Amino acid sequence: MTQPFYVSPEQVMKDRADFARKGIARGRSVVVLSCREGIALVAENPSPSLHKIGEIYDKIAFAAVGKYNEFESLRQAGVRYADVRGYSYDRVDVTGRGLASVYAQSLGAVFTAEQKPLEVELTVAEVGHDVGSDHLFRLTFDGSIADERRFVVMGGAAERVAESVISGWSSEASFTEAIQLAAKALREDRTETPLSLEVAVLDRHSETERGVRRAFRRIAGEELDELLAVPI
Amino acid sequence: MNDFLAERVAAQSTSSFTEHLAAARPDLLPSNRVIPIDASHLAPHGTTVVAIAFAGGVVMAGDRRATMGSMIASRHIEKVFPADRYSVLGIAGTAGLAIDIVRLFQVELEHYEKIEGTRLSLEGKATRLGAMIRANLGLALQGLAVVPLFAGFDLDQGVGRLFSYDVTGGRYEEPEHHSVGSGSVFARGALKKLWRPGLSEADAVRVAVESLFDAADDDSATGGPDPLRQLWPVVYTVTRAGYRRAAEHELSQIAGDIFEQRSIAGREA
Repeated sequence: MTQPFYVSPEQVMKDRADFARKGIARGRSVVVLSCREGIALVAENPSPSLHKIGEIYDKIAFAAVGKYNEFESLRQAGVRYADVRGYSYDRVDVTGRGLASVYAQSLGAVFTAEQKPLEVELTVAEVGHDVGSDHLFRLTFDGSIADERRFVVMGGAAERVAESVISGWSSEASFTEAIQLAAKALREDRTETPLSLEVAVLDRHSETERGVRRAFRRIAGEELDELLAVPI
Repeated sequence: MNDFLAERVAAQSTSSFTEHLAAARPDLLPSNRVIPIDASHLAPHGTTVVAIAFAGGVVMAGDRRATMGSMIASRHIEKVFPADRYSVLGIAGTAGLAIDIVRLFQVELEHYEKIEGTRLSLEGKATRLGAMIRANLGLALQGLAVVPLFAGFDLDQGVGRLFSYDVTGGRYEEPEHHSVGSGSVFARGALKKLWRPGLSEADAVRVAVESLFDAADDDSATGGPDPLRQLWPVVYTVTRAGYRRAAEHELSQIAGDIFEQRSIAGREA
């Protein structure tokens, strides 16, 4: 009978983290940024139907990079969590912080207990009354959670894209400006053109201006082309 | 949420909020409340709701009264609700259960839309509502029946459509107009005389309010327009542009016109 090799817990964790990082680094980037009109979510995504960005609840959106099947089941679990909570209490009782902490627990549990960690990185974005009250929670494969300000960039070339976003970010930007900034930052990272973008916004004033409680709105097709072509 | 084993994920992959609740939190479903006896005398009842098709959409209107036996339980209750952007539903019967079913149905539609990324078809929504009413059959037999009326704009066909239900969940598409609740007999009589093909949106709202006026005239459980408290029926219209709730001033004007016309006519009914 052969004896199994001893592997130290440090080594196990390190191997798992390296494995997850490698998977995520292959993915294309996603930018989530706060601006005057709300929160803009911009992803580089060649598929028009396999979304990286999704609606969770009235003021909460989800963005992810990594393996589609893994973050899609996390997104669906998030929608279920939010809808059950809103149905059994009240719509205002569904918060981004609550959702982010459930995600953190799930990711953490999978990282330590399962065969392989989830190769995903998530952002839970919640739009508030102004830029100062927006919440951007960034969650990594091991269940770490960070409460970010201003913007989050995830994916393979996150650092380079983030440098480009940081230089142009302003709390007074409109959606058009914010989306153009994100598109420019994503483009700098790549040589190929044109870039396929998936864009959505959490509209800060959806209730007063459009009369709807749900702030999430996708921007696609002609609307997106026009928006990207507007000179600033 | 910690279940990531493949079979559990597959078992959980439903787009229906109701099915998810039935699996995960059955205690939250309105139909899962067990009551041992006939409880109908304990619960307030909502009464009359009418729905009308017009050129380009549908109108649904409900009076504002809830009753408990011969008592008025509420003068302010609302019985017509938007289900999603392109559909509305009105509820007659046990008020508490009805309001829970409305909330469940609203979440059901939104949940499907978020999970699947597309809206349910109008037929699909109508079928789903039928299943919810069927699930409530046990309570209906104990006197806590809920009977909805569902209407919406069918984006594929480009027309407004109405659906009525019975307590067993049977779903019936209605042409022209329909009503449910204790005053529905009188409202339907009025609708037969007032409705005509190709009504405009404004005329359809007026016909709906007038039919509730007639229902309130003969049914003690239906509340008429109340100028003293400035209470008017709740009226929603649904067109290609989505739903819209008729404004208070619009309804007070219509009610005023009806009062005036009928006083000028000076007849008994």
